[in-house]
Amino acid sequence: MEKSLKRPALLAALLIALIALPTVADAAGFAALTSLATRVLIYGIAAASLNFVLGYGGMVSFGHAAFFGIGGYTVGILYQHYSLGEPLFGFIPGTNQMLITLPVAVVLSGIMAAIIGALSLRTGGVQFIMITLAFAQMLFFLFVSLKTYGGDDGLIIRRANELPWLNMRDKHTVYYVCLAIAVLFFAVLWRLVNSRFGNVIVGLRQSEKRMAAIGLPAYRYKLVAFIISGMGCGLAGALMANFLRFASPDMMHWTKSGELMIMVILGGVGTLFGPLIGAAVFIVLESVLASWTENWQLGLGLILLFVVLYTQGGVQALGARLVGRSA
Amino acid sequence: MTLFLEQLLNGVQFGVMLFLLAAGLTLIFGIMGVINLAHGSIYMIGAYAGTWVAAETGSFWLGIPAGLAAAAFAGVVIEFLVVRRLYGRDHLDQVLATFGLILIFNQAITMLFGRQPLFVSMPALLDGSVELLPGLFYPVYRLAIIVVGLLVALGLYLLINKTRVGMLVRAGSTNREMVRALGVDVRLLYTLVFGLGALLAGLAGFMAGPILAVQVGMGEQILITTFVVVVIGGVGSIRGAFFASLILGIVDTSLRAYLPGLLRQIMVGPEADALGAGISSMGIYLLMAIVLLIRPKGLFIRNS
Repeated sequence: MEKSLKRPALLAALLIALIALPTVADAAGFAALTSLATRVLIYGIAAASLNFVLGYGGMVSFGHAAFFGIGGYTVGILYQHYSLGEPLFGFIPGTNQMLITLPVAVVLSGIMAAIIGALSLRTGGVQFIMITLAFAQMLFFLFVSLKTYGGDDGLIIRRANELPWLNMRDKHTVYYVCLAIAVLFFAVLWRLVNSRFGNVIVGLRQSEKRMAAIGLPAYRYKLVAFIISGMGCGLAGALMANFLRFASPDMMHWTKSGELMIMVILGGVGTLFGPLIGAAVFIVLESVLASWTENWQLGLGLILLFVVLYTQGGVQALGARLVGRSA
Repeated sequence: MTLFLEQLLNGVQFGVMLFLLAAGLTLIFGIMGVINLAHGSIYMIGAYAGTWVAAETGSFWLGIPAGLAAAAFAGVVIEFLVVRRLYGRDHLDQVLATFGLILIFNQAITMLFGRQPLFVSMPALLDGSVELLPGLFYPVYRLAIIVVGLLVALGLYLLINKTRVGMLVRAGSTNREMVRALGVDVRLLYTLVFGLGALLAGLAGFMAGPILAVQVGMGEQILITTFVVVVIGGVGSIRGAFFASLILGIVDTSLRAYLPGLLRQIMVGPEADALGAGISSMGIYLLMAIVLLIRPKGLFIRNS
């Protein structure tokens, strides 16, 4: 009884803290905290999407940055055609309305995930890791070579997408939009994980043979999970392009896939909010270490090594174990 | 025709470099079941140590033992401190731990040597070109790389197929548990294989010095390509790694050489060059995707 109340209470407290964050940050004189929190929310969405296939489904995808980048470039390319006033391929008009760009980004990354997933899921193990990486690299090089859309330098989006009745130039508004989307996203993910579908995905990780013996088509379930996960990453990428007002090939570089994986493992693989915690830990670590020393990657590498080698289940599990020990 | 032969030799030279890295990687994969992203860092360490010693002493030849020793030492240390704890863990842990190693090594090298690339001049013996066929001049240094690479391939073939250690390596890649059950000191074998892989990576790194810039991040560029080689050739197969390296080296080099020219016939110059470069970079990944779709375990592994 006590335990079942603890979690909702914790979540409510977290939500209130997140809603109050910009006001508190401004009052305390840490205005930069709001931007930091926006990035955490966006990467949290991306990492949680990756975690859905990686943690729940056991599919180690090393190419999820591809979907992140596609989301970002959808926003960027639509904006470019909107600002230049010339339609894409001659008949698709550009736009700067978020109510259009976000769904388009989600659908496009879903389609790309369907293609990549359909091909990649025919393999498994190391080959799966490498083929997802290969597809992401292909897209990376494709966008590097597209001079029309900035090539190497990326695409500058002069103004964030508009939402009706909101002033999207205000950093706080952008934060609240991201927060609202993140809350919605995690609610959907929670429903999904606890649904029959989610259980099948976990079952597939534990034993594909067993699931096949029950009569479930493993390949199709995995593919749908992969598509959903890709769509989530696309959503995060579209938000990131709006937040940074920039889309670049770096969004789909393989190190970005690595970073998303780090967030997942830092927070705890196969937990609902672990990736969000992981994203927070990663981003805060990155900015704190970077403010201390130019050589922050050294610290990050050491911490990563420690977490992988000595903690089973990331920061969340570590916290739970420490609490368990002191109690 | 001479241009074509020159590109072919360039392809073989690139392929041979890839093989030096892929041989170690595929053994580490096949025998220990570890995905080692830090293999590129070892390549970088070999390049830095060798180039630095060569530049300080003014002798290219002294750089070779320095590069090899540094790489092998780094490999054994990595195996002892980190990789040893990763046997039997899932792939995710291995990817992340070795990704952490990449960050550490990249930063450490930046702190030691700065961000400026290092350069080493070629020894007089290997400088200049030689006329292979009438009208076909080819740099001696690149030829030397090809020769060294082929010698290493031959040496590995003999080592794996004709010696007792090689027998254990082959047995280990077929059935790890059985080798352990028969009383072989697997840990020693693992360290040995890891050290050998590191040695070859260091050799590749040092040889790359005079033709590529020795800089931070050089390891990752070639690492990903090497993984493509390993996966196409089939994990654990040295023979597969050898042929896949050569195929990939030649495909990659010829795409880079000929694609922009082909595109320029249908597009404007600069755009064709950019798109050509992009598509050539995609080429090897496309090849890997196709190979995996037809033979999910790679070209040289029998599907069971």
